[in-house]
Amino acid sequence: MEATYSVKKTSDFRLGLQAGLSIAIGYMPVALTFGLLARTTGLTFAETVLMSVFVYAGAAQYISLSLIAVGTGVVEIVLTTLIVNIRHFLMSASLTERLEEHQLYKKLMTAFGVTDETFSVISTQAGKVRTAFAAGVMIISYGSWVAFSGIGHLMGDVMPGFLQVSMSIALYAMFVGLLVPSMKKSVKVTYLAAVAAAVNSLLIFYTDLSGGWSIVASTLVSSLLVEWVWQMKGRNHHG
Amino acid sequence: MDKMMLLMIAGMAVVTYVPRMLPFVMFSGAELPPFMKGVLNNVPYAVLGALIFPSIFLIKEGDFLFGFVGAAAAFVLAFCGANVIIVVLGAIAILSAYTFLV
Repeated sequence: MEATYSVKKTSDFRLGLQAGLSIAIGYMPVALTFGLLARTTGLTFAETVLMSVFVYAGAAQYISLSLIAVGTGVVEIVLTTLIVNIRHFLMSASLTERLEEHQLYKKLMTAFGVTDETFSVISTQAGKVRTAFAAGVMIISYGSWVAFSGIGHLMGDVMPGFLQVSMSIALYAMFVGLLVPSMKKSVKVTYLAAVAAAVNSLLIFYTDLSGGWSIVASTLVSSLLVEWVWQMKGRNHHG
Repeated sequence: MDKMMLLMIAGMAVVTYVPRMLPFVMFSGAELPPFMKGVLNNVPYAVLGALIFPSIFLIKEGDFLFGFVGAAAAFVLAFCGANVIIVVLGAIAILSAYTFLV
């Protein structure tokens, strides 16, 4: 017990690394493919790695490659990146409710590591989350993303075709693996996921709303609607 | 190295970091009303729903069943209480088998 306490701070970070391992695995095929595509699009090795190091946003990086390939200008690519990544504003806002209070500079460092995947892993932990845990999740994920982007550029199609295809399920399987335990504990979680999934599907299939915006819209609709219904239900119960 | 490429990467980095960073500054120490707190606490589960559907069915173009098999495998494993790593590796394994058999 004493030994456990004395290494508690290390434990939080190590637990974060363990929790982030599923992200690191999931990032591997996506980053490898990004590296390969970047090379075929004409980016140098340094440019590819720099993009993963400084941008660290998979969807935006992929979209930028397709825009570069057709000669799109810098300003339009940057604006598209902003639109695609605007959902991280919402995720960071949610994280402020879950992370322990800390000095501003630690928050600013933490902010850099917010992705769909790190946000999902961190925010599905029970109770307040320690910054050390979040750092563990983010560092292993970031390391995987940068390393495999570089490897992808160097080695191209290093994975056999069937494995590359089946590994594309990895991040979605992780999302399912994070969501289902919470659904089992709370019916509210089930409604939140179901409403957001339905709205997102409607928006993607029936409107021209881009992927980033439809995720923001469906998340907000679901979060607000279910919270309102729950409060109405609570009021009726008490009233 | 192309200067325009570097400029593009720098611009992308800024517009990626700023939306991530703003809430940590804006909401620092702020006491939010209960409803707003509730909404923010709802976000993770709503986001997960939106990230999974419909994208999981569109992974392999023209093969709806591929995504469905992967989703079903992940769901069953997760529902049985398997660790997230097991869910990920299990889904990959089952889809690898699917790829060979179909």
